Amino acid sequence: MKTKEDQIWQWLEEVTDPEIPVLTVVDMGVVREVDLAGDHPVVKITPTYSGCPAMNEIEQNIKGKLLQEGLDNVEVQTVLSPPWTTDWMTDKGKERLREYGIAPPEGSSADKSVLFGKPKQVQCPHCGSQETTMVSQFGSTPCKALYKCTNCQEPFDYFKCI
Amino acid sequence: MQKELLHYTLRLGDNALILGHRLAEWCGHGPVLEQDIALSNIALDHLGQARMLLQYAARQKGESYTEDKVAFFRDITEYYNLLILELPNGDWGDTLARQFLFDTYNYFFYTELLNSKDDHLKAVAQKAIKEITYHAQWSAEWIIRLGDGTEESHQRVQKSIDDLWMWTGEMFTMDEIDQKLIEEGVAVDLAPIKEQWHQKVAEILDVATLKKPQDDWMQSGGKQGEHSEYLGYILAEMQHLPRMHPEAEW
Repeated sequence: MKTKEDQIWQWLEEVTDPEIPVLTVVDMGVVREVDLAGDHPVVKITPTYSGCPAMNEIEQNIKGKLLQEGLDNVEVQTVLSPPWTTDWMTDKGKERLREYGIAPPEGSSADKSVLFGKPKQVQCPHCGSQETTMVSQFGSTPCKALYKCTNCQEPFDYFKCI
Repeated sequence: MQKELLHYTLRLGDNALILGHRLAEWCGHGPVLEQDIALSNIALDHLGQARMLLQYAARQKGESYTEDKVAFFRDITEYYNLLILELPNGDWGDTLARQFLFDTYNYFFYTELLNSKDDHLKAVAQKAIKEITYHAQWSAEWIIRLGDGTEESHQRVQKSIDDLWMWTGEMFTMDEIDQKLIEEGVAVDLAPIKEQWHQKVAEILDVATLKKPQDDWMQSGGKQGEHSEYLGYILAEMQHLPRMHPEAEW
């Protein structure tokens, strides 16, 4: 039998990221916990980047979805620790990103080569080639970098690995 | 509420807020689209970090405070950011020189803040260090590009570094607030940070074929609320709307 907690998780699977609509907030690993111990349900979320402008909207969308399902006293709490990492993104989420045209984060976030190191080898999400170069470490949102494929010549976004 | 902890939290929060505000001035004015986006991204990271810190400051101040109240309803003498961060942006080289000098400091500082015994500051550091690492790499690469670039870019960025040097000493000054919190394991001891900073800055400037200026007389006062006139203009722009319409929502 489905518990209330499972049910809430299932509903959250239908809340998508406002910037990357192919991903749900669960795929992103943004939802950390559903806590039913108190007198009202608490959904704990964690920001991807400190200044991520999507966080307020994600909070509203979660509240809106659960309200639609009949839960009118949901609290959404933002927790900072442990900090969000791309490791929490589900495999399904990574695959959806690739299909959407964004290269998913490569490897583990524990990789510290980012400081004064060489940029990572990233696979082109369009043609699958490894022959890609970084155009800029900073992309259209704080979580993405700009790359270009030297094989198919297409530019693409890479979801930074943190 | 502990007076020292609040002051310390505001120092960190104000650094992030004022630098974020300065960098946001570049939005739409960057030399090329990618770099315009880069600076706006970095500004956003700083604003996000400022929010986490000013939320904490508001919590320490008590029930009636919010992050917005802390940001928009404090006067200039109650701001505790480093002076270097309130200086006008200047040209691209000036902005990048400031970023490089501060990002390098910020990287070593936040790496050490990961060990703070204050849970909230530690959590902020865990979040922020990933972003700050990106910033430090980006600005160091730009210093190398400008320093080891054309004769013109070399000369101009050398001048930027020279001009900014007297504003760097303040990053490492410690007063009784630092001392008390260092004893409690909350604050970062800046003496080892200074050494790491000098070493890294020397290393990058060397690769960039630039000269590291000699330490001489240094500006200070920002951490104690004594500011240049520049901060007044920043606050006037940043605060006038919420002060005119304190209850406004959007």
